[in-house]
Amino acid sequence: MDTILSIRNIVKVYPNGVVANKGISFDIEKNTIHALVGENGAGKTTLMKILFGIEKPQEGKIIYKGKEVHFKSPLDAIHNGIGMVHQHLMLAPDLTVAENLTLGIEPRKWKVFLDTKKAVDIAKRVSEEFGMEVPLEKRVRDLPIGIRQRVEILKALLRNAELLILDEPTAVLTPQETEVLFKTLFDLKKHGKTIIFISHKLKEVKAIADRVTVIRDGKVIATEDAGSLTEHEIAELMVGREIRFERIPPSPKVGAPLLKVKNIRYRNKENVEVLKGVSFEVRSGEILGVAGVEGNGQTELVEILTGLRKADEGSIVINGEEVIGKTPREIREKGVSHIPEDRMKNGVAENAKIKENLIVDRYYKNPFSKGMFVDWKFITKYSAKLMKDFNVLATSPDALVSSLSGGNIQKVVVARELSMNPSVIIADQPVRGIDVGSEELVHRLLNEARDKGSAIFLVSADLDEVLELSSRIIVIYNGEIVARFDDVEGLTGKDLGPYMLGVKREA
Amino acid sequence: MKIEKFILKYFDMIRTIIAVLIGVMVSVLVIYIISKSPGHSLMYFLTGPFMTRGRIGNLLETATPILFGGLAVSIPFQASQFNVGQEGAIYLGAALGTAFALSFHFPAFMYAVIVLIFAGLIGAGWGYIPGILKAKWKVDELVSSLMMNYVAYFLGLYVINYHFRDKSAGFLVSYELPHPVWLKQFIPGTRIHLGIILAVVFAFLVYYFLYHTKLGYEIRMTGFNLHFAKYGGINTFKVIILSQVIGGFIAGVGGMVEVMGIHHRFNWQMSPGYGWDGVVVAIIGHNHPLLIILASLFLAYLRVGGQVMNLLSDVPSEMVTVIESIIILLITAEAFLSQWKYRITVREAALKEVSDESAT
Ligand SMILES: Nc1ncnc2c1ncn2[C@@H]1O[C@H](COP(=O)(O)OP(=O)(O)OP(=O)(O)O)[C@@H](O)[C@H]1O
Ligand SMILES: [Mg+2]
Repeated sequence: MDTILSIRNIVKVYPNGVVANKGISFDIEKNTIHALVGENGAGKTTLMKILFGIEKPQEGKIIYKGKEVHFKSPLDAIHNGIGMVHQHLMLAPDLTVAENLTLGIEPRKWKVFLDTKKAVDIAKRVSEEFGMEVPLEKRVRDLPIGIRQRVEILKALLRNAELLILDEPTAVLTPQETEVLFKTLFDLKKHGKTIIFISHKLKEVKAIADRVTVIRDGKVIATEDAGSLTEHEIAELMVGREIRFERIPPSPKVGAPLLKVKNIRYRNKENVEVLKGVSFEVRSGEILGVAGVEGNGQTELVEILTGLRKADEGSIVINGEEVIGKTPREIREKGVSHIPEDRMKNGVAENAKIKENLIVDRYYKNPFSKGMFVDWKFITKYSAKLMKDFNVLATSPDALVSSLSGGNIQKVVVARELSMNPSVIIADQPVRGIDVGSEELVHRLLNEARDKGSAIFLVSADLDEVLELSSRIIVIYNGEIVARFDDVEGLTGKDLGPYMLGVKREA
Repeated sequence: MKIEKFILKYFDMIRTIIAVLIGVMVSVLVIYIISKSPGHSLMYFLTGPFMTRGRIGNLLETATPILFGGLAVSIPFQASQFNVGQEGAIYLGAALGTAFALSFHFPAFMYAVIVLIFAGLIGAGWGYIPGILKAKWKVDELVSSLMMNYVAYFLGLYVINYHFRDKSAGFLVSYELPHPVWLKQFIPGTRIHLGIILAVVFAFLVYYFLYHTKLGYEIRMTGFNLHFAKYGGINTFKVIILSQVIGGFIAGVGGMVEVMGIHHRFNWQMSPGYGWDGVVVAIIGHNHPLLIILASLFLAYLRVGGQVMNLLSDVPSEMVTVIESIIILLITAEAFLSQWKYRITVREAALKEVSDESAT
């Protein structure tokens, strides 16, 4: 077999002194799917950014197709046949999906004018070819993150890269979509392409990778044939210690409903009815899971529940009080916390410090501030403690969020939202991009909150997560609840699938 | 490795310094081309501002209104509100403040303070309008505040010229302000007045406000990410308005300080440009009040150096302005870029890469 890419002794030091890659070396064979795994902050994204010409290493060599290369920019990398789907998406929010897909290769009339119709045709062709449905004429800013992820993947596929880097492409996909993506990746491999695949879902790694490289703390721990390792072995290589997965026991005590949602209706700007009379209840001590393909109204529903969007009709009662028309702060003051689906849009201010991010919902309360003044000394100490409790890997509470790895940014959000003893938790993809060790931590914390009597509303594109955590499950399709499962014992993805895809519904 | 780390750590600062050096080099070149004795001209330009007590005084006087302007700009800028109405707020604050001081009388010990507060309120009101337009109807504050600068100018001019004009003065100026509202000039041989101390005090207050109060925190978070601020429960509607109101207040005070400290009457037939200088120093100082002090001094230094060179050498005043502008342009562009670079590098790169591809 030919080696297409050799990574030799790469060292990367960020300006803040963090050594993200400490002499990384491994080879990638042509025509394989090579998985890269490791804990949050292990240095995966950093290494990929180096390959793609975004970051420069202090030391080391990259040998691509037998020649040493120094990509100065992503442009360089692209010219050399490398494509990348970034962990945090990079689409132009004001352009439509079709425009984004054909950006830079847009068809033109007489070489000058944009041929919008043809662009839509091209976009439509790829979206059909690769089995990923996307609303071609909608602006990207109006789309939920799962759909944006599809667009980003399609964009890379359309450009026909020889070496395709996928940094956590499946974090926000449903199992069905992931399956389709995997079929596509197999196809690409058959056609001689090479793929680097990053994921925290080891099941996926086992399912598609030929080889696996495990990195821990900036160093390569092992590069092996994927077939020769079990999921469990990979996980232990990643964290460097033994790990146990425990089944979560069912809710000990289910109490009164803390969140009552009745007949919520919502029409969006394009006058499409996104929510068509949604009703449900979440009781103290239970986790209500929402299964559904992204883009079926979950985003809007969550934003309505948390006061970020106004419903046209309906009622939401939290802890016995109507909250329709209340501000996000008033709703938070009722004990509601919210882990948002898009951490970069809502969850953090990336150019602010970690400690500034951790207090956005409580800075005005004693002891975080006294009178008009913010008490930074207290906040710094407090933040350091939260970071420790929630396993956030960073140099200090003063570090900027933008200097954290994706999973660690998610942990900052989770730390903030789970640290105020919330009585209602709206968790939208709570473990998106978090590594196996920390995922277990977050799940445990959610369960602890549940056992202490919180009502938890869990939205996730990851069916396994929904099945594993939920006390009850509802399935949402096209703005309606099409199925309710009060007993989740023995329920599998196969049972939910037809409802999620709209082929079946409860009478 | 060590040197590299040092460079990385102070990267921004080093870049600013390099920009200054390039600017100076370009100016040296220009001077060499147009001046008969370039050495002398250059010396006047670079060391002129420090040569006499009077010129040092000039430097500090010049820096004072610029500093007020910069502080006034920095607050809305930190909230990502591109309100550039400070020029109008300064002008109107000074004009109406003058009218107020001439129309009402107060006991001496509080006269000046009341007048300053009045001028500040005028500026605050001027900031409120683009603020509420933005918060309520999403009217772009850049456009509305820009347009309002014209309104402020003609309104101020009208009030002074038609109602408070001192016809005996021979120029278009207002009556002289009553003595109790003069800000004391306390260093003989210069016009350095209490206003400069007030400006520095304001700088520290603004610093403390932005970085240590709840409202300051709200302003900065709103500026970093509006969605995040809303999600966290911050009342961004209030923040958007207040940031512009407070900025306007400082601008109004700054305008009146200038009248009370230097001229003792309103004599601006042209808008003095301190609002625009404020934008420049806010950008150079990365919207940080304490850095804005340094940036204002630097800009004042260029101005005074230019004046000295203009007086004592054969470099014409137009060229002086060109040189000044080149330096400011380079530094501003550098500071501006480094601020935005942060957020957009990667996204930009991803976008550019593809659009470049189509070009080839
Ligand atoms: N721009 C930056 N400035 C400073 N430090 C950074 C920067 N980007 C990443 N780091 C640090 O480098 C380390 C590796 O980060 P990286 O993003 O490569 O991790 P990762 O393996 O992709 O993690 P995740 O699974 O969470 O995405 C982390 O400690 C992170 O805090
Ligand atoms: Mg990453």
